[in-house]
Amino acid sequence: MKKLGKQTVQFDNPPQIISSASVVGNKESQGPLGDYFDQVISDGYNNQSTWEKAQMKMTEDVVNNALDKVNLAKEDIDFLLAGDLLNQIVASNFAARKFPVPFLGLFGACSTMIEAMAVGSMMIDGGIANRIISFTSSHYQATERQYRTPNEYGDKYPPYKQWTVTGAGATILSNETGGVALTMATLGKVIDLGVKDPKDMGSAMAPAAADTILNHLEDSDRSPSDYDLIITGDLGQVGKNLTIELLAEQGCDVTKNFDDCGVMIYNSKQKVGAGGSGCGCSAVVAASYLLPQIMYGNFNRVLLLGTGALLNPMTFLQGESIPCIAHAVVLERTGHLTEGIGRPSVQDNLATKIEATKIEDLSQSEG
Amino acid sequence: MGTIDKTPQEYQKLIKKHQLTDSKVKNFFSAYLIGGLICLLGQVIINVLISTGIPKDNAGSYATISLIFIGGLLTGLGVYDEIAQFAGAGTIVPITGFANAIVSPAIESRQEGYILGLGANIYSIAGPVLTYGMLSAFLIGLFKLLL
Repeated sequence: MKKLGKQTVQFDNPPQIISSASVVGNKESQGPLGDYFDQVISDGYNNQSTWEKAQMKMTEDVVNNALDKVNLAKEDIDFLLAGDLLNQIVASNFAARKFPVPFLGLFGACSTMIEAMAVGSMMIDGGIANRIISFTSSHYQATERQYRTPNEYGDKYPPYKQWTVTGAGATILSNETGGVALTMATLGKVIDLGVKDPKDMGSAMAPAAADTILNHLEDSDRSPSDYDLIITGDLGQVGKNLTIELLAEQGCDVTKNFDDCGVMIYNSKQKVGAGGSGCGCSAVVAASYLLPQIMYGNFNRVLLLGTGALLNPMTFLQGESIPCIAHAVVLERTGHLTEGIGRPSVQDNLATKIEATKIEDLSQSEG
Repeated sequence: MGTIDKTPQEYQKLIKKHQLTDSKVKNFFSAYLIGGLICLLGQVIINVLISTGIPKDNAGSYATISLIFIGGLLTGLGVYDEIAQFAGAGTIVPITGFANAIVSPAIESRQEGYILGLGANIYSIAGPVLTYGMLSAFLIGLFKLLL
């Protein structure tokens, strides 16, 4: 691997994703991407006694699911890379105690999934690992009570506030052939443009996302049109619009191929304010929606960003603004299909679509 | 490609342009409507109690207790915060809002045990109201004593 410019790493032998899985809550399963997710938990408690335990169970399940899909045992994995939003990243730490594998705990708030994939890819391309699982999770109730007020407390949410996704996502990166390759990673700087409202994460994170996109394009000498999709983790509607405008001011037009996982995961009737947020948001959308789409060629090259707000519940009470970060990875189609990516029904649908297009193409050429 | 070099003030202007906002007029009227309905309910309880022969002062206390019970019950059923999304201050200001502020942390702090969880956190939302309520009562008492 080699460093491009100031912030980007290009991999010599791009690590490939051989498996991915997601577990989501009920609300997420009722959203527009509901059919893509592998598992849905029964309710917020997920058959556990507390919300925190529910999140740990989800995390454990999603890692097991990713392993089962490609018939791998826990011992076949070299490292676990994970983090989450709970204090001291307990959901990940506690889930990792069930896996006899070295574990690196990471914290990048909601950018953790992308951070884990970037670090994992460096470990694989650096030759110290063959297979790495990166995973992360978030849980609406557990996060809400830690960062904000008790769940049943009746304060009115402003329409720009986002809804923490209940979900856990995992991907297995490997030096073997998989369905999607991770060709570059751009690590973000901490950016703070003085936003102080902890209910307005989208506005706080947008400058970090814009900064990482600009630096990635500069380092890699590419333009936005080199990507079929540039997708951010959890900016929500407000942050998405702000990012587009911040980029436009710098002469970078992304209006045609830009989206946000937080905007995609819920529909407008679900009363979620500006959209989804949380570690799980980018993790489940990437693991179950994006990766299959890339593997089946609906997108050939995607720039995926995770965006994180690096505050804690004390800092804003002390009058501090919210520092934010965004990491990016480039995901590309390998042309190879693996059973590990996507649910069987999703795979069938996507494969049929491709067959249909192929047949149309043929008939056109014959005509 | 450039870099993001806005000042916080310039960025705040940009945020104002994109931030979704609620209509203040709508908020005002929905708070007035729901807050008013809660007060009306209190008045109905008082009038019903008086008509059964309970003295006026006692009826007022019973109505307060009833509203606290209703606020706590609706919080426990998970309904109160849903109503609050429509009502805003209309559900925070009446005494049902105070019940909600006590019951909501109690429900979820139970996960950490009855003493150090529920016991320690039950006033985490209502604490400031109690603290400064008692402080102002003390100051007004002092004021009265001195005059």
